Amino acid sequence: MSEQAQAPSPLTPIPPAPAPEIPPGVARRQFEIIIDGNRVAVAEGATILEAAKKLRIETPTLCFLETLTPVNVCRVCVVELEGSRALVPACSRKVEAGMVIHTDSERVRLSRRVVLEFLASSVEVRTAPQLQEYMKRYAARREKFGPRAATVAQPEKIDNELYVRDYSKCILCYKCVEACGVDAQNTFAISVAGRGFHAHIATEFEIPLTDSACVYCGNCIGVCPTGALMGKTEYDMRKAGTWDESRQTHTETICPYCGVGCELTVDAQAGQIVKVSSPLDHSVTQGNLCIKGRFGWQFTQPKT
Amino acid sequence: MILLWGSNARETHPIFFHHVLKGIRNGGKLFVIDPRRTSSAQWADTWLGPDVGGDISLANAMAREIIHSGLANEKFIQHATSGFDAYRAGVEKYTLERAERETGVPAEVIRQTAHAYARAERAQICWTLGITEHHNAVDNVLALINLGLLTGHVGRYGSGLNPLRGQNNVQGGGDMGAIPDRLPGFQHVENAELRAKFERAYGARLDPKRGWHLSAMFEAMKRGELTALYVLGENPIDSEADRHRAVKLMSGLEFLVVQDLFYTKTAELAHVILPGSAGWCETEGTVTSSERRVQRVRAAVPLPEGARDDMEIIYELARRFGRDWGKPDAETIWNELRSLSPMHAGMSYKRLEELGGIQWPCYDESHPGEMYLHSRLWREPLVGPRAPFSVVEFEPPVDELSDEYPIRLTTGRHLDSYNTGEQSRRFPSPLRREATLDLSPEDGKRYHVSEGEPVRVSSRRGSVLAPVRFDPGLRPGLAFLCVHFHEQVSTNDLTIDAVDPKSGTSEFKATAIRIEKCAEH
Repeated sequence: MSEQAQAPSPLTPIPPAPAPEIPPGVARRQFEIIIDGNRVAVAEGATILEAAKKLRIETPTLCFLETLTPVNVCRVCVVELEGSRALVPACSRKVEAGMVIHTDSERVRLSRRVVLEFLASSVEVRTAPQLQEYMKRYAARREKFGPRAATVAQPEKIDNELYVRDYSKCILCYKCVEACGVDAQNTFAISVAGRGFHAHIATEFEIPLTDSACVYCGNCIGVCPTGALMGKTEYDMRKAGTWDESRQTHTETICPYCGVGCELTVDAQAGQIVKVSSPLDHSVTQGNLCIKGRFGWQFTQPKT
Repeated sequence: MILLWGSNARETHPIFFHHVLKGIRNGGKLFVIDPRRTSSAQWADTWLGPDVGGDISLANAMAREIIHSGLANEKFIQHATSGFDAYRAGVEKYTLERAERETGVPAEVIRQTAHAYARAERAQICWTLGITEHHNAVDNVLALINLGLLTGHVGRYGSGLNPLRGQNNVQGGGDMGAIPDRLPGFQHVENAELRAKFERAYGARLDPKRGWHLSAMFEAMKRGELTALYVLGENPIDSEADRHRAVKLMSGLEFLVVQDLFYTKTAELAHVILPGSAGWCETEGTVTSSERRVQRVRAAVPLPEGARDDMEIIYELARRFGRDWGKPDAETIWNELRSLSPMHAGMSYKRLEELGGIQWPCYDESHPGEMYLHSRLWREPLVGPRAPFSVVEFEPPVDELSDEYPIRLTTGRHLDSYNTGEQSRRFPSPLRREATLDLSPEDGKRYHVSEGEPVRVSSRRGSVLAPVRFDPGLRPGLAFLCVHFHEQVSTNDLTIDAVDPKSGTSEFKATAIRIEKCAEH
């Protein structure tokens, strides 16, 4: 009984204790490498991309995202590694002690330019600002392969009220597949089907999205770099010519649904919410949301 | 190891479940305890499917097994807990065989779960309404806390006891004192010294006695003691168990004020409706998440015409009561809170922005906040009081199964919908499907009903019509209804208002029903 008597009374506040500690991560070896003539030390396990970033060298990437496992498909981040026959992808190649790397040699520039020209000749890049910027930087010409170059032009897939898939804008970066799969959502509604030029993103047996495993989290939209995947509101507004990013505000707030505390970036135009996403660097979401967080905001819109 | 107990987080807390999935991919083990084999259970290494309400029997049997196998963390028990001897004696009768009888979970599976939990280097128990929407909700939670204390899986990095909060600020609401016996910062209203601190700051006398929780308010309405009610952002007509009773009592109020975004069923009964604001996108302020993280919400769009900021409504009401509170903004109000609630003292708006939120407690502006609670229990010497074991006993649900009502109905949420549906029904979800009475395919055969067929579902309190849907995740004798579509299927016509006296929560999770083929169809 005396033991019981020591049970805390709700009337008395529990005294503060020192803040708990978070165990430190594993200490890693530092490797020194040379990039464009500059020495840089990075932790073992880091990629060439991260080392270059440390030197403020900007490396173009399309299929890479901090929150996804690198798949090395776009080849736009390639760099020259001394002693290596082929160019290596900066986004996934891990540093090794003593590497000597060139990120802006003629060979690298040519390779990046050709990659961009292949993509832009076959894919509609109107809503891919990043890709357009790279094309300018590397003087890539989309008409290089002439008017008869094969394209992936095809009608948009509009089979639900939340988002539109326009695969004529798809550069096959795999980000949507990864976000739908093991890197985030683990729903596996989509994958890459077909081979060679016929490779494309598809649901199983090409069934409509509404019959697939899709749960409409829209995490694929969140990572798509070209606008091939787009919220229906944005799609409709672009079509009507009313989408105007210069008039949009971006506000950080918290999702109104469950208690997980997902941070939202709310884009609004003319007093109306037009898009909701989440920052990649938020510790809770890493850019991911569920159907309610990404699409469930219409209850705040005034009825029109 | 994660024990997900009475939670379908895959659908109700999807982004939390992303982190669980990362854990699984890193080699963590997931055990899911739920009468339904849910989409969360499909990711589990082991699924335990107890009969609804069997949780305490299961937890006590795990405890007995842990103790008998020498896996109890005796050092921790001695250092930081009280009441262990009584607890050990209390769980002694919960043999694995008894628990198998009471829950339907095979004894061997209970044994394996107990061993896995006790032996894990780090283990968490996460629960949701499957634990708390019962007539003995607090006892259910205590049974889980006991397991944490027994094994030392509490107050350590990666281990802990984690109720997953269902609303974006339900934690913050409690933290701010919107519970019957606490002032902001969980300071007890019946502690004269603490109350005096608030009285000095507010310049007003505070009632020295605790108030009523929601269920007690309904009791007070029944007794005629509660005649006026001011409801903010809540829709009890659709969310209370035993809807008939809720409608009757609330219709009898002399004065009902409803402050909401929508013309809800509750608002329909109101004498005065105050159009409020959508806190997350029309106002400034903070909310507190399930992991005690205080985060800023900000106005992204203007208020609709005629609506007002909720804070403004309150200080304008005060003005009409003859109290001039001025026109404080959200930050000013927050700073007043910080001056009164020690656990929020270090959370300036500036720091909340810089750090992207802070987890309480945060005692001063150099304090980082706490990633996990109760680390004090591991300090040498112990800081603060011991953590008590509680003796809790298995009690089956109040609404007993009988020949007349042979099926156990339980309730819950869909992925794309939310509570009474006021928010979620307004976006065009491709996943949305109407409310259905979910049955096991075996029961479909047994009762000669087919998918899509409307059936009459009756409990001891009421009856509704609902179309049948087969869910292979249900076992015979178990049915499921969601809580989102009251216009179509009024689930709470069926549920029971048997209330946990300690928490005031109704037993939404356990109703006895029967189904009948529908002549009117």
